[in-house]
Order: sequence, then structure tokens, then C-alpha cells
Amino acid sequence: MQGAAWLQRFRRRWRGGSEAADGAAPEARGAAPPAEGRAAPAGRILIIGSPNVGKSALFNRFTGRYATVSNYPGTTVELARGRTSRVPGGAEVIDTPGMYSLLPITEEERVARATLVAEPPAAVIHVIDAKNVERMLGLTVQLVEAGLPVVVALNMWDEAAELGIRVDVARLEESLGVPVAATVATEGVGPGALAERLPEARPPRACLRVDYGPVLEGAISRIARLLGAAPGFSARARALLLLQGDAEEHTRVQRELGPDVAARVRRIVDDATRAAGHALHYLVAMARKSCADEILARAVQLPPEERTGLRERLSRFCMNPLTGLPLLAFVLYFGLYKFVGDFGAGTLVDFLESWFQDYVNPWVNAAAERALPWAAARDLVAGEFGVTTLGIRYAVAIVLPIVGTFFIAFSILEDSGYLPRLAMLIDRVFKRIGLNGRAVIPMVLGFGCDTMATMVTRTLESKRERLIATLLLALAVPCSAQMGVILGLLSGRPAALAVWAGVVTGIFLLVGAAAARVMPGERPQFYMELPPLRLPRPANIFLKTYTRMVWYLKEVLPLFVLASVIIWIGRLTGLFDLATGALVPVLRLMGLPPETAVAFLFGFFRRDYGAAGLFDVHQQGLLSGNQLAVAAIVLTLFLPCVAQFLIMKKERGLRVTLLVSAFVLAVAFGAGCATHLALTVLGVQL
Amino acid sequence: MIDPRIEEVLESLYESEVEQGRPSPLDAAAEPVRLACEAGLTAACGGGLRLTEPGRAAARDVVRRHRLAERLLVDVLDVAREDVEEDACQFEHIIRRGLDEKICRLLGHPRMCPHGKPIPAGLCCQSARADAIREVRPLAEGPIGGEGVVAYLSTRQRRDIQKLMAMGILPGSRIRLIRRFPSYVFQVGYGQFTADESLAAVIYVHWKEDANRERGAGGGGNRES
Repeated sequence: MQGAAWLQRFRRRWRGGSEAADGAAPEARGAAPPAEGRAAPAGRILIIGSPNVGKSALFNRFTGRYATVSNYPGTTVELARGRTSRVPGGAEVIDTPGMYSLLPITEEERVARATLVAEPPAAVIHVIDAKNVERMLGLTVQLVEAGLPVVVALNMWDEAAELGIRVDVARLEESLGVPVAATVATEGVGPGALAERLPEARPPRACLRVDYGPVLEGAISRIARLLGAAPGFSARARALLLLQGDAEEHTRVQRELGPDVAARVRRIVDDATRAAGHALHYLVAMARKSCADEILARAVQLPPEERTGLRERLSRFCMNPLTGLPLLAFVLYFGLYKFVGDFGAGTLVDFLESWFQDYVNPWVNAAAERALPWAAARDLVAGEFGVTTLGIRYAVAIVLPIVGTFFIAFSILEDSGYLPRLAMLIDRVFKRIGLNGRAVIPMVLGFGCDTMATMVTRTLESKRERLIATLLLALAVPCSAQMGVILGLLSGRPAALAVWAGVVTGIFLLVGAAAARVMPGERPQFYMELPPLRLPRPANIFLKTYTRMVWYLKEVLPLFVLASVIIWIGRLTGLFDLATGALVPVLRLMGLPPETAVAFLFGFFRRDYGAAGLFDVHQQGLLSGNQLAVAAIVLTLFLPCVAQFLIMKKERGLRVTLLVSAFVLAVAFGAGCATHLALTVLGVQL
Repeated sequence: MIDPRIEEVLESLYESEVEQGRPSPLDAAAEPVRLACEAGLTAACGGGLRLTEPGRAAARDVVRRHRLAERLLVDVLDVAREDVEEDACQFEHIIRRGLDEKICRLLGHPRMCPHGKPIPAGLCCQSARADAIREVRPLAEGPIGGEGVVAYLSTRQRRDIQKLMAMGILPGSRIRLIRRFPSYVFQVGYGQFTADESLAAVIYVHWKEDANRERGAGGGGNRES
């Protein structure tokens, strides 16, 4: 790997510049404008449906914006908003995270349900995977029951047709009592026809009514009478949620109708549970299933469903440990090491850097010389450590190509449908560290950008899992930019590299296992849909990577510039000298020379930045193999970058973030001391 | 109907004599044992006790009812395993003739009790075997490549049920097991899913006999079974 080559270029700027976030973008969501006029529901369209059915693809077709589309459940974790002109007068369109039913399991499902209540839509597009129409009609039934203005989009129509599934759209419409349109959102087939049906969306007439049997029906009507008419879901739907033990709905009753009514509702639920002699949610589900089955029998023809052919053989190849693990090694070697390491961090960085050196920097320096007579002001924008010549160049020429190539590789993995199969392979290992296979997606993403990965931990089911995942990401998962620098630093010293990799992996597993023991909570449970393997579409890969890059520049560049300014102030006032002085005794404990103090101080801003500083010290011939390994370990485990800190605070709260940070610092220095001691006692020279 | 105390004697004798092939440890002088002898169900033999021909049939019947009751309690009624023995002992005496067949059918003609002891087959089991219905076993214990229909879900946890519903797994759903290791992989309808043991163990499936032979021939034809 040519990491060492581009690392040379870090030397000249690590002392002054800074940049902030670990690269790429948590989807394009933050960028979308907030909803205007929430009081006016007219013209708001909500897209909802199970995970991985193509909601975001449809959103993109409707609005011309880009919301990330992948081939695994849980790609969308936040709302995305846009406007469409496909309906007369225009409308706001909201894309929601996937939900399996109105009773949410994970956080992001809660988001979708809350939006349905908080922002009453003029139309709800329920996107259904036409291949799995029998599984998805249950949610349609619930939406119709809730009195929402539903329009059904039978998406992935092409895949269904390929399997020989025949849906009689007219009959389905008649049975459900709502408009239905067939679409292939990724190819842009059908959004027009769907849009034409949107004006027909209105609260359905009572033609679809599930019969829940005498016990439940009695309870439903008694609760519905207590609830009366209110905005949002129909009283019948709310009664059903209450009967299924939905906590949110209970809280709402308590809040809006007082403790008296809430207590009466609870009594009715208890009585019904006793009378039914069965868990009520089970009965409700069974009744809905038989209703959906009836509709299916009328409108859908299903051929034998066994998957065969190349696609299936390949899928099984991925999931068999004997073939899947070598495949994983292959993917890591070519995807990560060759493509991101060699091509991204080598070839691309070289190219962009020389372009900056040859054209941009001389021009900026000359312009500053002419326009700014004060040396301090010149230093701020230009010169060796300037905001433009260093902060922006660092972001654009070095970090951007690395995270860019990583996200191309990651997008291909995402769209192929490989990640859920990897989750299936690795679940048993992850159980040991208190997580389940589902966490593989944030963890792999963390190797690109820990900040983005921390956001994606939302797809994990329990608070405990989210916390453990956040901790491990902050501690032991190096992001691509950091990994590039560290690999460069240790290149040519395979023994030090091995010690580094061993210690970091060991700490990842050890801390995970310890956290799993210490933190109370339910055992994680693993389940995941395995979408069919698909050939990634280049247009989507390009669009997705592009969107993430735009996010990166928009959100992260200001942080880079800000950090540059802070460093500028620190150098002007001499505060940095004080801070480095305080670090020296700690470094001595780890057997590191005082010269590394500055590197560690910059490590506080960004871990990879500190590593680049180390490289400079190393160039001066001040570091032995042992010291290199120890320093690389400490900087890998070190506090994450500023952006990750901020996201952690947003997702987990300030208290947890401070605790995690303190823990990470302690473990980083502790591991440094321990490795130093162990190497010294064993007399090993790397 | 036989006196419950006599049924206990028959059960004990069946286990020692028929299943383990060793003499009964029962005291021949005890009251219930004497009653069983008087009814012609057991006879003295040497110093010990053995089942007569009609006794043997009756004993087989009691054992069958006991073990079916255990399965019912564990799989469907979700009774904790430590309470099963005692409850099943009560249960076996109140299951009338005919009712055992109904329970047997509901459970899909199980062959083993929860403790792994064989359940003596009834007439219903033989005719079921002719219909290619084997038994109800959890997905976690199913044959790879095996196909079946979900019989029931042995859990009362809302969390479990919600996830199973999300995968479209409810009684009556068709299901096929594809892999068991490192995680369970199965197909429901046209969708494939993966799950861990904790979920695969609560899905009880009515397996089709020798699913492999029927594969491809008419997978869609048997969906209403």
C-alpha cells in the first residue's frame, strides 16, 4: 500500500491544520428543508411500508431529491422530506423508515408511526413488495382500519412477474377499497400512474372490516366509545392498539382523557385478555392474517415459491461458513485493502495533492500576500497552516478520496444484498459481545465513518445494544481515514502491525464481552430479512456516493475550518505549549518520548491527525518499533473526532457521551501502558 | 375408566418392564398393586410383578396419555418445564379415550415427550403417517430442506410474536428450512429470513414427511394442509 507516500504530505501540515468529521455522510437527510405549515395537511404525502420495499426509491422518483437506497432493511433511519409536482398544485412528500406494523419494535419504526399521527397526510402511499404481498397486506389492513387515506403501490412488480406471481390489480382494489398501482420504483416505472391515483385517496369506506371475534369486538366497541372521535387514527384502530398493549397509546389516553378513562380502558383490556384466554395481539394477528388470506385468494396467483438458479446458489455460497468466510476475506482484501487503501489512499490522494500543491496553494499564497498586510491574518487563511491551504486541502485532497472510495465499495456491498448475509454469518460472534448480527451494518460502516455508523445504531432493537455498539465504535473501530494513516505509519514493520491489530481486535472483543456482562438487559435476539442478491446499479452507486460526499463537504468542512481557527488561536496565545507540557508525564508511563506530546494533543481533535503527527516524529528517527506500536494502539483507541462526539451526544445524551469518552481515554492509555510493559518485560523488540 | 391409582401402577410397570427391561421396584403388597392384580391387569411372577396382556395395552395407553399431556403443556400451554411432571400426572387421568387422539392430532403426532422418551403411537398416528404428515417439531429441529406449515408459536412474549409476524410467520404459513448453522435461514412465502435459535425454537412446524422427495413436484399443491 502506498499509504506511506501520501503520509509524507501529512508532515507539513499536521501541526497546524485540522478537520473534523470522519468523512462521509449520514444520508442526505439533514439537508432537506423542514416541513412548512404543519397546520395545513393539504398536500402532504407520506410514504410508508415494510423495510426494504423501495420507499426511498419511490421518494426519489417523486421529488427528484435523493434519499439513500440500498438492498437491506433499515437503510432509512430518519424522515426525508421533499416536494413533488406530480400532483396538481404540488405536495410535500415524506419518506419514512420501514415499519412492519403499527406496533413498533425498533426506534426507527417508532419514527414512522409518530409521523402518521403528528403530521396528518392527505395521502398515505403504502409501498408493498409485490413478491411478498401476502406478508405485507397485514399493514395495509391496519392502515385502512386506522381510517387513513391509503393508496397502495405494488412495487418490484418486475421481480414478482419474473417469479410468475400474478396480481389482479382491479380485484385487489375492490377487496381493499383503496386505489392500487403497480410500480418498479428503481427503474422509474409507474410513479406517474401512481400519482394519478393519489387524488382518489380518502379515508376508506367501511368495505374492509376485519372480524376479530365476539370477545375482541365487544372490547373494541367499548373502548372506542370511551375514546370518542379524535384527530389521527380511527377510534377502532386506537382501541386495537390499546388491546395489544401499546404503551404509547396508553400514555396518550392518560394524557388526553385523564387517569379515570385510562383505568377503565385498562380494565376492559384485562377482562378481554381473561375472556380470550390467549394473548390478544396473537388473536388480532390471526384475524388479520385470515382477512389478508381471503383477499389473496381472490386477487393473487402464487406459483411454487422455491428459489432456484444462480442467484440462490450464490446466496447459499455466501451463507455457508466454509465458502462464506473465504469470500469475506476476498471482499476485505480487494474491497478495502486494494481499492480503498491502494487506489483511494495512494493513487487518488497523490493526484489531488499534487494538484493542490501545484495550482491552488501558490495562487492562494500569492493572493494573501497581496491582499493581507498582517502576518497573523495571512497565517489564518494561507501559508503553512492556513484554513484554505491546509484545512480545506486536507479535507478535499486527503480525507475525501479515502472515504469516497470506501463508500463506493460499501455502496456496492449494500446494493448487492451481501450485508444481511454477513450478519447471518457473524451473529454468533456478536452475541458474545452483547450485540446481534444486525449490528454488523453499523460496525462495517464504522470502518468508513464512525460518525455515520453511530447514527445507524438506531436500527438496533434495545437500548443496551445501542449503547454497546456506540461504545465499541468510539473505542475500537478505526475509520477509513485513520486506518489509512496507521497502516502507513506501521508499513514496513509487520511485527508492529501484527501487535497493533492483535491488541485492537482483542480490546474490541474484551470490552464488548465485559460490557455485555456488566450491562443489564435482555439477551439480544437476531432476526433479519435476507433480500434477494441483486446486481448493483451503477447509477445508484454513483448517486449514493455523490450524496454522501455532498453531505461530507457541507457538514464537515465548517468543522475543519473551525478547528483550524482554534489551532491558530492556540498557537498565537501559547495555550498549546501548556497543554503539551501536561501530557509529557503520561507519555513517559507508556515509554514514549516527549516529542510525541504534540501528536497526542492533535489526536484529541482527530485520531488520524494525531497519527499523522506521529509519522513526523517517526521521520526524525525518534521512535523505535515498540514505541510505534504503542503509539498507534493508543491513537486508534483514542477519543473519536469532534463530529462523532456531537452525534453521540445527539443520539445517546450528554451523560453517556461523557462517560464513554472518559472510559475510552482510560482504556486507550491503559492499553498503551500495558502493551509497553508487556513488550519490555518479554524483551521483545519489534 | 380405571382407578387413577391403578393407572400409576401400570405406568410404573410399563416403564420398568417394557422400556427398561428390568423387574419392577413396586411393592406387591401395596394397596394399588393389589387392586391391579384383582383387575387382571398384572400378575405375580416369581418374587416380582409383571403386566398381563390386557394390562400391557392399558399401560401403553396411560403412558401415551401422560407423555402427550407433557407435550401439550410444554409446547402449547407454555407451562414451565419444572412444573410439567406434576401437571401431566393430573392430566393423564382426565384425558378420555378419543380426546388423546384429538390432542395427538393437534400436536402433529409427536414421537417424543419433552424429556426425549418415546410416545407410544395411537391409531391416529398410523393413518397420519399414511397421509405423509410426520409430526410437529420446532423449526430449530427441522430437517434441512424440509417443508411444512407453521402449527403454532410456543411463546407468549409480545416481542417474539411481533418479530415473527414481521416475517409473516403465523399458524398456517408455509415455511422451508434452508440452513441451521451459523444461524437459521428459512423461507416464508417468497421471502427469506435469518434468525437465531431463540426465535427458531418457538416456531412449531407441521413437517411434511420426506420433504425432499416431494420437492419440485408439487410444492404449491399442499399449501392448504
